[in-house]
Amino acid sequence: MTLPRRGLLQGAGATLGALWLSGCDKIAENPQVVKVLSSAEVLNRRVQRLLGRGALAREFSKADITPAFKANGTINPPDADYQAMVANDFADWKLVVDGLVERPLALSLDQLKALPSRTQITRHDCVEGWSCIGEWTGVKFGALMDLAGLKPAAKHIVLYCADTLGGAKYYETLDVVDAHHPQTILAYAMNGAPLSIAHGAPIRLRAERYLGYKQAKYVMRLEAVDRYDHIAGGQGGFWEDQGYDRYGGI
Amino acid sequence: MTIAATTPKPIRVLVRRHAAIVRVTHWLNAISLCLLLLSGLQIFNAHPDLYFGQQSHFGHQWLGMGAYERGGTLHGVTVVDGYVFDTTGFLGASRDHGVLVSRGFPAWLTIPSVRYLALGRRWHFFFAWVFAINLTLYLASAALGGHLKRDLVPTLSQIKPRHVLHEIWDHMRLRFPKGEEARRYNVLQKGAYLGVVVLLLPVMILSGMTMSPSLDADFPWLIDLFQGRQSARSIHFITASLIVLFFFVHMVMVVLSGTWNNVRSMITGRYAIEADPPPLSLPAPIGDAP
Repeated sequence: MTLPRRGLLQGAGATLGALWLSGCDKIAENPQVVKVLSSAEVLNRRVQRLLGRGALAREFSKADITPAFKANGTINPPDADYQAMVANDFADWKLVVDGLVERPLALSLDQLKALPSRTQITRHDCVEGWSCIGEWTGVKFGALMDLAGLKPAAKHIVLYCADTLGGAKYYETLDVVDAHHPQTILAYAMNGAPLSIAHGAPIRLRAERYLGYKQAKYVMRLEAVDRYDHIAGGQGGFWEDQGYDRYGGI
Repeated sequence: MTIAATTPKPIRVLVRRHAAIVRVTHWLNAISLCLLLLSGLQIFNAHPDLYFGQQSHFGHQWLGMGAYERGGTLHGVTVVDGYVFDTTGFLGASRDHGVLVSRGFPAWLTIPSVRYLALGRRWHFFFAWVFAINLTLYLASAALGGHLKRDLVPTLSQIKPRHVLHEIWDHMRLRFPKGEEARRYNVLQKGAYLGVVVLLLPVMILSGMTMSPSLDADFPWLIDLFQGRQSARSIHFITASLIVLFFFVHMVMVVLSGTWNNVRSMITGRYAIEADPPPLSLPAPIGDAP
């Protein structure tokens, strides 16, 4: 009989194929292997910091703005406390700045808007591969840091967010060296209108030399720290805890 | 009694074909390109649509893969410039543990086989460094050591249209250069190898760098060179496809022109050619007696 034999051969082929794939995956996902591979991330960061010296990302014209800028990740935080703030139009919302700073702050949206601001039309690059161009207006991150007075021990800024994604609170970390980059802002307006909920109302980070997952939305608190390995998964961000690189510049 | 004139038998001689640096960089290049392709397809699958320009005009991709459900089964489609092709089982929708699922390239073509962008990126960037350093070493030694000029740049006589057409005609009839002619690359080989090492491979690196927002800030000319990040992503994909095409042609030519001889020459450096026998040294004719 040919049919069962053919079935048997196909079955054997599929089994061999599955074995081959699981064998490859065992190597691909081996923690020791991943550790070696991750050394490239360190190399990316060091080389790019060395080459770049904080050059500005390209800025575009109003004509280049993407008509339908894609909102990704959380687009409407399910968290009750966030929804309460929305109901109240963020009237009681305050941005907390604490940790390794001389003067801890709690600023309302109006107080933030009174600080030095910057408007920039830039390209947003998602780690998935797509890009959109948008205009952002926000308080200069560096000015805010100067107001709080970073202590010399501060190496990173942790951004705690209001949204829960996949069971964990979103957060990100930014190196102090990037906090003073002219294009690093906490944006409260997009394309000339107040930031929408889908894009991170009331404020989100824009650090234009980095990928989309670094651009934390629904920012509630900034903490200056010298290390971040005790926070959440310890990798320095929500997606970083899922295995994405913390540098995020490529 | 007549003695049949025996045609002298060609002699097989081993010539030194590939220098050690060419052999080492060739295999490192092969390994890293293979891993870069498979991890690259994992990254592509995160957004299996390609655009031209600075940004993604969603719905206006020139190449896209996706799946839709009809009659209880999943159909995989590939859209090229508006034309829709059913590619169920390979592109758009393929089998994962026997079940059709929506994904760009199938599991057996990605590292890792499951959808795992973060891990695909780790593999990609590690081997991107191996690949880039390896290519730099090769190009530097090829330029300084004379390999580029001596072995890869066609000679003036080789680029005459008549000669090129003749080579194409010979290749189509699977007639490959023999004897002394086999000591050097023919013009089609030179063109293919040169195109890969000075054009396709460097374009892979540059278009890859253009997808980095940080490197774009440092080297804004990259964005202008490729006319935008999304164009760079498309060119990265197209160039990778051309390298895959080169690979298949390369494999066919290796097999047709002597698998073991070619493989050995890339491992030990020795390549066998059939040399013409040395001309018989006849005694000088004795002149007529005065």
